[in-house]
Amino acid sequence: MSMRNAVAAIFFAIVCVFFVFSALMIHSFGVPDATDMDDRIIGGFDMENNTYYGAQNETGANNVVTSVVFDYRGFDTLGEATILFTAVAGVVLVFRRLKK
Amino acid sequence: MSGMSKIVKTISSITFPFVFIYGLYVIAHGHLTPGGGFQGGAIVASGCAMILVAYGSVWTMGKIKEKNLSILESLGGFCFILLAFLGLGFGTGFFNNLFVGNEFLFGETPKFNSVAANFNTAGVIPLMNFAVGLKVIAGLFAIVLVMAYASSIREDEK
Repeated sequence: MSMRNAVAAIFFAIVCVFFVFSALMIHSFGVPDATDMDDRIIGGFDMENNTYYGAQNETGANNVVTSVVFDYRGFDTLGEATILFTAVAGVVLVFRRLKK
Repeated sequence: MSGMSKIVKTISSITFPFVFIYGLYVIAHGHLTPGGGFQGGAIVASGCAMILVAYGSVWTMGKIKEKNLSILESLGGFCFILLAFLGLGFGTGFFNNLFVGNEFLFGETPKFNSVAANFNTAGVIPLMNFAVGLKVIAGLFAIVLVMAYASSIREDEK
């Protein structure tokens, strides 16, 4: 077994452990309720801790859609940016000027 | 190819600053109004494509090279990932909103249920909007410019 295979096996095992943990910690289907999600997003006043909660208070953005795109689901935006980068790299590679 | 007629050139060069400013407005107010980096960047890139169509690809390629556009695009992507890693390094996790709540850059928090637009809010989100906007402007304009330039070269060879 070469060095490269050993390293790959170790990383594969680590990733498998993370997947197993996330599968054990996942919510069951339909939990939380849609109304609970509305409450999380719109927010309100927490009587016990005397603070406001909700997406507007957490991220400070009035536009909650932007706070989802750039904060809560930032990975999604990172993937979109990577797709755009790959598209630009491919187009510039295909249409580059050839030497005569 | 020297582009289209003088009328089209004049009208597009008059219209271009308004399109540019509107796109920058959409990018900068991404955390307050509908829109953001991607949408505003697409608006600015379509304004640049209008200039490209009016003046021709050879003239535009003489003004700005696609190599510089690639550098700008990589800079935007680098700033975006750097902001994400700042959240990992100084905050609680990857894409953590680092600047929200403090009195630093974009650090204020709006009052609950307020719809009044305060520009100085939302922490790291406006900075990410600027980075993604720069990336989309340079990327889309580089795609359009390179494809138009390649097709114009083919026409010359025939």
